[in-house]
Amino acid sequence: MTVTESSGPAPTVTRPITMAIMAMGGEGGGVLADWVVKLAEMNGYFAQNTSVAGVAQRTGATVYYVELLPKPTSDHRAQEPILSTMPTPGHVDIVVASELMESGRAIQRGFCTPERTTLIASTNRVYSMPERTAMGDGRIESQEIIEAAKSSAKRFIRADFNKLALDNGSVISASLFGAIAAAQVIPFTREQCEDVIRTGGKGIEASLATFKAGFDAALASERPVVGLTIGTRPPEVKEDGPDPEFERKAIEDPTSLVGPKLQKCAERIFNDFPSQARYMLVEGIRRCAEYQDVRYAEQYLDRVAQIAEFDTTPEGKLTLESARYTALWMTYEDTIRVAFHKTRKVRFDRVKKESRATESEMVQIREFLHPQIEEITDTLPTPLGRWLLNSKPFRWLVYKITNRGIKIQTSSVWGFTVLYLLAKLRPLRRRSLRFGIEQERIDAWLTTVVSLAGSPAGDQELAYQVCLCQQLIKGYGDTHANGLRNFNQIIDYLAQAAKSADPAKRIQELRASALSDETGAALQQALGKFPS
Amino acid sequence: MFFMAERSFAQEVQELRLGAGEEFRGEGILAVTKGLLQCGVAYVGGYQGAPISHLMDVLGDAHEILEELDVYFENSASEATAAAMLAASVHYPLRGAVTFKSTVGTNVASDALANLASGGVLGGALIIIGEDYGEGSSIMQERSHAFAMKSQMWLLDPRPNLTAIVNFVEKGFELSEASSTPVMLELRLRSCHLHGSFTAKDNIKPPFTLREAIENPQRDTSRVVLPPASFLHEQEKVKERWPAAVKFIQENQLNEFIAEKDKKVGIILQGGLFNTVNRSLELLGLSDPYGNSQIPLYVLNVTYPIIDQEVLRFCEGKDAVLLVEEGQPDYIEQNLNTILRRAHDSTILHGKDLLPVAGEYTPAAVTRGITAFLRKHLPEDINEAALPAVVLDDDDPRSPFAPRIAPELVQGRAPTFCTGCPERPIFAALKLAEREIGTHIVSADIGCHLFSINGPFNLGATTMGYGLGSASGSAFNAKDTDKRTIAFMGDGGFWHNGLTSGVGNAVFNQNDQLLVIVDNAYSAATGGQDLLSSQADNPLRSTKHSIERAVRGIGVKWSRTMTNTYQVAKMRDLFKEALTTKEKGPKVIIAQSECTLNRERREKPIRAKKIKDGKRVVRERYGVDPETCTGDRSCIRISGCPSLTIGPNPDPMRDDPIATVLDSCVGCGLCGENAQAAALCPSFYSTEIIYNPHRWDKTKLVFRQKYIGFLQKNIEKQRVGIDVA
Repeated sequence: MTVTESSGPAPTVTRPITMAIMAMGGEGGGVLADWVVKLAEMNGYFAQNTSVAGVAQRTGATVYYVELLPKPTSDHRAQEPILSTMPTPGHVDIVVASELMESGRAIQRGFCTPERTTLIASTNRVYSMPERTAMGDGRIESQEIIEAAKSSAKRFIRADFNKLALDNGSVISASLFGAIAAAQVIPFTREQCEDVIRTGGKGIEASLATFKAGFDAALASERPVVGLTIGTRPPEVKEDGPDPEFERKAIEDPTSLVGPKLQKCAERIFNDFPSQARYMLVEGIRRCAEYQDVRYAEQYLDRVAQIAEFDTTPEGKLTLESARYTALWMTYEDTIRVAFHKTRKVRFDRVKKESRATESEMVQIREFLHPQIEEITDTLPTPLGRWLLNSKPFRWLVYKITNRGIKIQTSSVWGFTVLYLLAKLRPLRRRSLRFGIEQERIDAWLTTVVSLAGSPAGDQELAYQVCLCQQLIKGYGDTHANGLRNFNQIIDYLAQAAKSADPAKRIQELRASALSDETGAALQQALGKFPS
Repeated sequence: MFFMAERSFAQEVQELRLGAGEEFRGEGILAVTKGLLQCGVAYVGGYQGAPISHLMDVLGDAHEILEELDVYFENSASEATAAAMLAASVHYPLRGAVTFKSTVGTNVASDALANLASGGVLGGALIIIGEDYGEGSSIMQERSHAFAMKSQMWLLDPRPNLTAIVNFVEKGFELSEASSTPVMLELRLRSCHLHGSFTAKDNIKPPFTLREAIENPQRDTSRVVLPPASFLHEQEKVKERWPAAVKFIQENQLNEFIAEKDKKVGIILQGGLFNTVNRSLELLGLSDPYGNSQIPLYVLNVTYPIIDQEVLRFCEGKDAVLLVEEGQPDYIEQNLNTILRRAHDSTILHGKDLLPVAGEYTPAAVTRGITAFLRKHLPEDINEAALPAVVLDDDDPRSPFAPRIAPELVQGRAPTFCTGCPERPIFAALKLAEREIGTHIVSADIGCHLFSINGPFNLGATTMGYGLGSASGSAFNAKDTDKRTIAFMGDGGFWHNGLTSGVGNAVFNQNDQLLVIVDNAYSAATGGQDLLSSQADNPLRSTKHSIERAVRGIGVKWSRTMTNTYQVAKMRDLFKEALTTKEKGPKVIIAQSECTLNRERREKPIRAKKIKDGKRVVRERYGVDPETCTGDRSCIRISGCPSLTIGPNPDPMRDDPIATVLDSCVGCGLCGENAQAAALCPSFYSTEIIYNPHRWDKTKLVFRQKYIGFLQKNIEKQRVGIDVA
């Protein structure tokens, strides 16, 4: 098969097949390009492959470009072809993207166009630095890229080729090569492609298995889906939000989702709370009961009930978010909670699975802890905690022990015992210094929310925004302290915000600026920008 | 441990042994090496840097073949060293070649090159420059053309195919000898990594050897740049060498005329752009994949000097010509205008009026320029109904540039430190130190450590050149402040010139700065070549020379070597000490840990073999507990490691993604160190996987499992009655 220009001015002239491979440095794009060149040369084609090198290869985005041209049979053209070293936008036959955002880049650069291009994209994400370092959720929507790709390519073959490679013990170049073979845009058979892999040195079997997985996935990707709604596919990216089945049960019968100890609480959820908030409340009671006890779960429902009473927001969003953030705050991260989760069997099993260790291999777990003096005194009974917090010799002792951090091997007898005993301190928590402080903070915040929502001149939207501010308080140590400081500053600003035209919007902006940088500088600037 | 370049060419170099008539297949860089051996080159030197790093690596891996052929090869200390090496060709009929990245390398080399070009050469002198211009370039965007003009060296820019490139290696030497002038062979970024083939010739030994030269010293003072000879050199350049070069270029038809008289218009182009121009014409239906253009082409495989007679010959009888000259200033366009005007030739010359003034000449830019030119002067040859998509207006929905994806969905992906890079903890530690003692002026240098200027570190404000990190902070030496400045420098830059330009300068001028020398045991950014201070036993080079001894020797009083950069808390404290100590003069911290890329390349196969052989091996990797991670990502903001990324939050009550460690983790330990040094969060853990555990390991395991399993049952009691049974 040779591709001929269908719309060009000289339809009889053979033109090269062009392929751009969008990859990140060190990701196997070069190996894939080399395979394609070898494939072509072994089967009567000219091939040229170029890339840019240098620092761009250190994990940056790079393009490998390949052109293929059949060797002429007649002698008068026995000259070497002139192949381009760079892709021409609008004239690329195949774009291979080893990651989803890179396929977006191919579209943006004009390599992937609806008239010509077969796009083969791996749907896995390698998050960009801004996505990773954002304080809130900075991830871009994968589905939006997929939608753009659907309308930007003539054919769009997609699958998680990275996962296929990992599952088969190889690298993504092999699964993508399989997809290229399946796409049949280049005129070579599957067997010819496999022969190229066989000429390589190491891991041939794993590469061939991965190649097959990629080949099959590519075919499946383009197979029309037969179903009730013709043409639509099952969602390719997991949607955020609750499992619909769980949500349905939570609305219809919350008691079916909890054990015997929480039956009463679940009944209360069913009787006293709006249906939209129920799934969150079910999670909340489970969380509080696990964290402390059933009484704590009841207390949690008492707290949310205060707000539910006044909630007139559309779809009960105020109750829903109060249910979320009250539970998160009530189960604040302390040493006891951390120790509990670190010692659980499910955690040990997960770590072992993650390490991909086989039965004959051993796995040891080590923790990196840096307990701050506050985190120690926090868990002690209030008077003792307060006394030690102010004790110079104790502070010195803690500093000496924890200054460089503590490493605990949880999989050893002693390490496990230490964490186990910490987890067992749970009954003492109610009497601890921090517990008292946090309860006061929670109540103060909820009082504010209630007063905003419930007052005659109430502002439901403002109450909702204040409720969401709890999102700022998370993490440990300095991160927690910074978040709390930002939270307090916004709450303190409420009176001034109330005087502005749109107080809710103002609080929303302030929360966004608090989430935009770690130092709190953006929040300071935002607060300064709107003086009373 | 042996020469640990990033990529080994041990297999490929066997291609260098091919004899006459055999087909060579491979990368452009390897082809150039083969070309040198076919020309009887006597000595080769150079300094690594993209895009010609691989040329140095190929030569290093080919040492056996070079020895057989009596070719001397050295890894020069700098581009200046490499250029000065060409002095061997001044008095002796020795062919020599040097290579470096350009324009940066040529900047460094220009003193030696100017002296070389003044006196001229007897043996062929070839300077192979990797023109780092356009997409993928890591340096300022300039042209090497200016160096050719100012020192009068000839500049070759051959068509980007292996046959042409190899041919021009040979012609370059001959041209150099015919005109007593050094010749620059320009290889564009993509040509270096071009895969292709050519028909080989036999390798030849140099007819005159270095040994013969050493044993029979010659001198000719008329070749030395010293008055009055220097004044004579200038005259000689224009009166003798230039005409000799023009004659050689014409006689050997180094420039090409294609379809010369076929149309009333024509295109003049740099040889390096031939494939792009041909592709543009192909898209317009005016050429084919074999370069059979219907539009007259004059291909400048020699871009300096421009041959007046050839230009006039091409323009004769033409209404207009288009010059396709990449980069700015438009040296060739100015030259052509002078030639045409002096000859009273009325041919219209187009160039940067129709093509972009600055920036890379991509197929899109060239196709659009040529289309504009032909519309003006040969509209009948343009099929307006079937224009290639690339020339359509950007707002035409059929254009490849029509907006099809929201810009915010495609974020920049700047290069960054690799997974496990030992330089990352240095910047994490500095970030932490700055949290306590405030921010400082940070002068950056060239090398991987320059990635500190990007997120998440955002450290470093200037970079003035290789090894010049310290020097670029030298003005900030005010005596009326206690605050110091910080400068970074890599081990590569240090040995290149930083020892004198930076450290010596700071000692002599009593600068109080803190200089951090990042010593990862290689010239890592250029591909992991060995250096004076490399820790490897390299049988061909002398290594293991201590940086600390060097700086002490030059007069530094306060210096510390950190042999494990991953100890973030220690590193942070060292920064604080260096920035506050009462000691006067420069403070030097040598932050030493081996480049992970190179280490892993070496260690991975060894580890795999050990595991296979049943030996006990411990592998470490890191993880994050999703139950305790709250998704604030403070850890990522002081790391940026590619393996430390984000993932969905399994907590049904939280939406923000949490931190997660990918399988690519090499267990460098930074996550744990950061978590402790910055008192971040207790979610990090390390997993040690013990392959082929000993009997004692297993005994311990059985006991532990029983004990821990018992207590774990107890822990789960807390949850009884919460979940549905």
